[in-house]
Parts: sequence; structure tokens; C-alpha cells
Amino acid sequence: MSEGNHKQEEKNDDVASKMGMWIFIFTELLLFGGLFLVYAVFRVKYADEFHRAAAQLNTFIGTLNTVILLVSSMTIAMSVTAIQNYNKKLAMNMILITLVLAFTFLVNKYFEWGLKIKHHLYPSSELMFNLKHGENIFFSLYYFMTGLHALHIIIGMTILTIAYVRVRNGSIHAGHFTLLENGGLYWHLVDLIWIFLFPLLYLIT
Amino acid sequence: MPEINYLSDTGKHKGIMSWLTSTDHKRIGLMYLYAILFFFLIGGSLGALMRLELMQPGQQYYSAQTYNALFTVHGIIMIFIVVIPGLSVVFGNFFLPIMIGAKDVAFPKLNLLSFYIYLTGCALAVASQFAGNGPPDTGWTFYAPYSTQTATNVVMAVFAAFVLGFSSILTGLNFIVTIHRLRAPGMKWFKMPLFPWSIYATAWIQVLATPIVGITLLMVIAERVLKIGFFDPALGGDPILYQHLFWIYSHPAVYIMILPAMGVITEIIPTFCQKKIYGYRAIAISSLAIAGVGYLVWGHHMFTSGMSTTAQWFFSLLTFIVAVPSAVKVFNWISTMYKASIDVKPPFLFALGFIFLFMIGGLTGLVQGALATNIQVHDTAFVVAHFHYIIFGGMGFAFFAAIHYWFPKMYGKMYNIRLANIYWVFIFVGFNLLYFPQFILGLQGVPRRYYDYLPQFQTGEVISGIGALILGIGIYMMIYNLFRSSKKGAPAIGNPWNGKTLEWSIPSPPPTENFEEIPVMTEQNEPYNY
Repeated sequence: MSEGNHKQEEKNDDVASKMGMWIFIFTELLLFGGLFLVYAVFRVKYADEFHRAAAQLNTFIGTLNTVILLVSSMTIAMSVTAIQNYNKKLAMNMILITLVLAFTFLVNKYFEWGLKIKHHLYPSSELMFNLKHGENIFFSLYYFMTGLHALHIIIGMTILTIAYVRVRNGSIHAGHFTLLENGGLYWHLVDLIWIFLFPLLYLIT
Repeated sequence: MPEINYLSDTGKHKGIMSWLTSTDHKRIGLMYLYAILFFFLIGGSLGALMRLELMQPGQQYYSAQTYNALFTVHGIIMIFIVVIPGLSVVFGNFFLPIMIGAKDVAFPKLNLLSFYIYLTGCALAVASQFAGNGPPDTGWTFYAPYSTQTATNVVMAVFAAFVLGFSSILTGLNFIVTIHRLRAPGMKWFKMPLFPWSIYATAWIQVLATPIVGITLLMVIAERVLKIGFFDPALGGDPILYQHLFWIYSHPAVYIMILPAMGVITEIIPTFCQKKIYGYRAIAISSLAIAGVGYLVWGHHMFTSGMSTTAQWFFSLLTFIVAVPSAVKVFNWISTMYKASIDVKPPFLFALGFIFLFMIGGLTGLVQGALATNIQVHDTAFVVAHFHYIIFGGMGFAFFAAIHYWFPKMYGKMYNIRLANIYWVFIFVGFNLLYFPQFILGLQGVPRRYYDYLPQFQTGEVISGIGALILGIGIYMMIYNLFRSSKKGAPAIGNPWNGKTLEWSIPSPPPTENFEEIPVMTEQNEPYNY
């Protein structure tokens, strides 16, 4: 890259990066939007069977995970504020707490999925094929949606880990914290999607 | 003329690495050009193989299964690898920053990443032809439930389309931010040239529509790998739902192809008329209108699939409405030519070809947008003729127009104009001979995607075959001319056509940083000020 590009890039860096991130978040919402559409269609088509299937999900773990993600959204927001207040140590700690919470979420998810798989309730299992169509589709959607969401959690954790390293070595600081802020935005997106998944899958029975 | 331009400035690396690691939008544009050209020739050859089989009724050279694979692979390559990225990644990359007075796109590294994601998608698409149980045979639309059941290698092809879509999203995102952030001082929205305007509208469709097909393709993969029944009626799924999700993206994708094409034509016509474009604002706004309304017409692909009558006419009405902004552009182009002293050069000839063919394609599109005639022509050769008039006659001719228009700027060399005029005739005549008979055959009831037909239709199919040959000769003449000229052509001056947009204000080929100083836009140097 030439010198000139650097200059032009730097001049607009923060606003442009943030704009790019917002557009990217928009595409992510549309990605899940397609799934919500599919969910809506089948919910109408198989109302009773969705009702019965949803009752079998563990609302306690679902609620716990919701609380965990909400708190993690708060901690990452605190980290962004801390870096702006020149409090590097607090910013780093807050990222760490966010990462721990994210990991806890995944551990809970592991136990939740694991229990179902132990009971032979997973896509392409014989039990699933013997279920009614609507129930089969509900559990398929459950695995597909929460699986894709978990993938986003992992991507978000990767971004935040990079942000942590950069805060530690000083390349993210009060004057330049776009990566941390964008990572935070992404993390809020992951949180937001879960806020929709939770009632759709666990609460509406 | 400065010594260093983007072709001679290799940066840190030498040889091929100076290209593969370059974040220069111009070099990335050229790499896309070569990749797209390569795949265009492969896709075109597959099309030629299909025409070969259709020269006589009955089975000639391949089985029905092979023929199914041929049109599927032809479709996947042409749609996902050639025409959807097409103009926007080649000429959008190369000229968008220059035309708005920027030194590069907003995210040069992301731009290079998009290119590599694109190449990964291409590699997957090619691999899907060889790996597994034979090439996919579903048609490029991957309609469920067949796509969830066929033994052929659908998963990899679908994943290729997903990866290519991701590349498309990142390119669109990059261009949107570039246009918002990097316009030269004084270049207000309505002082921006119209090619960037069309790229802007296109980029929004890329960003807003592609995720839907992304998730749909993932669901097809899940359906095949995990036996989930989203779309398979045997498992309680809904195949019509697949069609909706697929066309929610794939109809707007048509506008991803055609909007930049319209943008190119809008640049060429005023230059060769040496006259201000007629109706600047109408053209700019009609691009956005096409992008907006085009998002809501997908149902017209499914009139025969089962849909309520209310929905049918809603989609039919919107289909007719989306034709209006397209027609507005055509009127503006024609009005620009009115009483102008027209300089008929190859880019202008291709632009004229575009207008003529696009009109035929557009009007026959309305035949299918009308509910009654749609039933008659659905899934016939008429549809094949229609979309080739739009995609090839529209986007393809615009691509040829663009390459002949900007070639002297990109390479700093001029091609052989006489030869270009000759192969324009070949391409134009060959194209019409190839596709026009398909309209008539379709109206007579010849279905698309069949390797065989009744003997009474042979005349039409043979005319098509001859047209394909003439078209092929024309295209090879064009490639010869351009390749030869890129090496040995006479040097081109900075502004050979006397154009008024910013790319003509800098030397050919452009310096590495495009502008020594970022231009400031005033009344004098606004676009189309002849």
C-alpha cells in the first residue's frame, strides 16, 4: 500500500470503519431474519406441535444464558468506556470478564445440547424421524439457530481476544479504539439475536 | 506524463507477487477481469456444448444426465462467478475511486480479502464438478426437494455459491462506505457521475439481499448433511418456502447485474455524443428506484408454483412498476443522442447494442410478468431467450462496451478500432441469431432444459447453433484484439474520447495514487459539462 492510501485511510479511519461495521451487522441481522421467516412459516403451519416441542426445552438454562449474555454486553460496553477514560487496566479486565461469560454461555449450551443428544434427540437420529413433522422441524430449527448463534459467539470471542491483545500492547488506546468498539458492536449483535431466539424457542410454548 | 504508473509500480514485491499482494484497487480490478474472463470462456464453452447437442433431435453426444450437468454448471459459473460480480468488481473497483476523486477504496485490505474469498468460491465451484458423485444436476437454482435428494455433488456447489455471496457482501459494503466517505471535496451527491451512482444502488442490493440466499443455502446444506426437513415435504418441510427464499435474493440479483451495466451506458453515451446527459437526476433516482422496487418482485418467478391470487397480482403489478424506472433510463439515453454530433466508435456501438437488446429483453420480461401469458411461457425456451437478452445482451454487451471505453485508460494503449467494428457485427448478429429463435420456439412450446426436442423444431435450433458459432468467433476476435493491443497497441493519450469525468483528467495508465492532489470539484469540472 502506498503512502497516500495510508493518509486518506487514516483521515477517515474511525467513521468509515464504524459505518462498515454497522452495514455488516445489518447483513447479519438479515441472515438471521431469513431464519425467523422460516420459523414463522412453520410456527403457523404446525402450531400445536411447536407448542409441545417447545415445552421440552430447559427454560432454566435458557434464562441463565440470557442473563449471562446481557451482563456480558454490559461489561464490554464498560470496557469501551474505560479505554476512553484512559483506564487501560479496567478495560482489559472488562474484556476478560466478557470472554469468561461468553465461555460460560458455551459451556451451558454444551450441557443443554449434550443432554438432548444423550436422549437421542438430534438431527438425523431415529427418534427425530419418528417425531411428528412439526416437532422434528422445531428441534431442527432449535439446533440450526442456536448452532449458528454459537458460531457467532465464537467469532465474537475471537475478535474480543484480538482486542484484548491490542489493548495490552497499547495499539488500542484512548485516541484510537475502533477495533474494540466494533468488537463491542458485534458482541451486542450476538446478544441481540439471542434476545430474539430465547423467547421464540424457550418461552413461547 | 509521470514515469511511474500502477502497472510499472511493483511496490515491495516483484513479479506475480506484486499483483497477488497488491491492495491497489486498480490491480485488484484487473485481477478480477482476468478471473472473470477465464470463467466466461469456460461457461461459454459449456453453452456451446449444449448447442452442439441440440443441432439435431434425439440423443447425439451426451446422455440426458450429462446435459443436466452441462446446463447446471453453465448456470452456476455464469450467474455466480461471471455476471453477478462482473461489472461491479472489475470496473467498479478500477474506476469508482477514480471517478469520485479518491486514491483508493475505503478498505483496501478488505478489498483484497474479498478477491481471495471470490477465488475460494470459484475453486469450490470448479471442485464441485469433479469431487464426489458427479457434477450437480439441479439447475443453478438448486430447487428443493430435488436438490436435497439428488446423489450428485450439490453440497459443494451450494457452498461455493455461499462463499461467492460473502465476497459480494464485502465488496458492496466497501463501495458504500467508499462513496459515503471518500468523494472529492465539492462533489455533492448530485454532482457524482452516474456510474458511481449505479454502483451505489447495486452495493445496497448486494448488502441487503445476499444474506437471505446465504442462510437459504446453509439450510440446503443442513438438509443434505443432517437430514433436516426444512424444504422436503416428506419430512414436513415446504419446497415453496425454498423458492420464496431463493428468489428473495435471486431476483434482486438480476438488478445487481443490470444496474452497473446501465451505469456504464450512461457514461458512454454523453461522451460519444459530446453532450450533457439528459435528465441526470432522473437517472440517478431511477437507479435507487430499481433497487428498491426490484426487491419486492421475486414472486413473479413462482406464478405457476402455487400462490394466492392476491399475491400473484401484487407481484405482477410491482413487476410492471419496476419496468418504469428502467424505461426512464432508456428515454434519457435516447434524448441525450437527440441532435448530438455522434462519434460512432466501438464503445458507442456496444452501447447501442445494449439499448436495442435490453429493450427486447425488458419487453419480453413483461410478457412473463403478465399473469395469463406467464402460464403459457413458463419454463419454455422463451424464458431462456428473455434472460439471455437481459443478462448477455444487457450486462454482457455493457461489459464489452465498458472494456472498449476504458481500455485505453486501463492499459495506456489503444486497440485496433477497425477490427473492433468488425467483431461488433459478428457479436451482434451472432447474438440475435442465437437467441431470437428461442423466443419463437418457446411460444411454440419447446421446454427449457431438455436435451431433446421434436423434429419440427429443428430449423430454429439449427439457426441458434449457427448464431452461437458466429458469436463465438466474434468473441475470440475481441479477446485477440484486446490482448494483442494491451501489449503492442499504439500508446493512448490521457483523454482519447474527450470524456469529462475525472478518470479522463489523469494520465493513461493511471499513476499509482491516481491523483497527485485530490481534485476539488467546481462548476467547471463537474461531470458531463460539455
